[in-house]
Amino acid sequence: MASAETHASKRKQRPLSPHLQIYSPLINMVMSILHRITGAALYVGTLLLAWWLIAAATGPDYFNFVGGLLASPIGLFVLFGYTWALLHHMVGGLRHFVWDTGRGFDLASIDAMSWGTIIISLVLSVGIWAWGLMAKGII
Amino acid sequence: MSTTLRPTPSPTEAHIRTPLAKARGLGSAHSGTEHFWHQRVTGVANAVLVIVVLVQVARLTGADHATVKAALKSPLLSMPLLLLILSGMVHMRLGMQTIIEDYASSEGAKVVALMLNTFFVILVGFACVYAVAKISFGA
Repeated sequence: MASAETHASKRKQRPLSPHLQIYSPLINMVMSILHRITGAALYVGTLLLAWWLIAAATGPDYFNFVGGLLASPIGLFVLFGYTWALLHHMVGGLRHFVWDTGRGFDLASIDAMSWGTIIISLVLSVGIWAWGLMAKGII
Repeated sequence: MSTTLRPTPSPTEAHIRTPLAKARGLGSAHSGTEHFWHQRVTGVANAVLVIVVLVQVARLTGADHATVKAALKSPLLSMPLLLLILSGMVHMRLGMQTIIEDYASSEGAKVVALMLNTFFVILVGFACVYAVAKISFGA
């Protein structure tokens, strides 16, 4: 018994391997984390796609109800976030395809592609919304 | 002296590993690079399909039910959308599997989470497919 307790307390005192909070954020690290977060968000976001499609298949009344919720400020925020998550994960995936070929592992390329991921994803998100709102004649 | 460079198999390997197991070349994990490869193949498909779908769906911003239904009846949208749903199902299941395997605190929790992952993906995916099919076939 005593020896088991000694073992347990010794184990507690061991240093833990450093994790996220110990490092100052670097752009490639932030993009890596965002790739996982946006992937998980898109996973949950498929519920939104299913809901919208089911509403369209159900009928005009229910479709207008769902459309009204999505057109609210919170709904638009979620939809824009969904768009950005989708495009950010897509551009991040293209970056990974480059790395899969064994290219782009020098620090300059890593930094450039990481900054490129966030910039391109934001530009595409704003662009696709502008494209959509132009159809509606809002802008 | 032996003429081959092949190491002498251990007694265990020589007696237990079947010719089929040797041909497959897999260890006790029973899988190799499929996870990685399927994630890349579906990733390429998703990147193309997302652009084709998003460009059309963005034009439906604020559209009424009849317009959305007409768009979803068109194979120009419904075909890439259905393909994106199927490819996305495989991709999101593999991605969430990796997240679960990284963070699950116990073997039991991991097995349960992996099972729920499969159920979620199939449920949401087939709900989307059902809705698109219902509209396409004349709801």
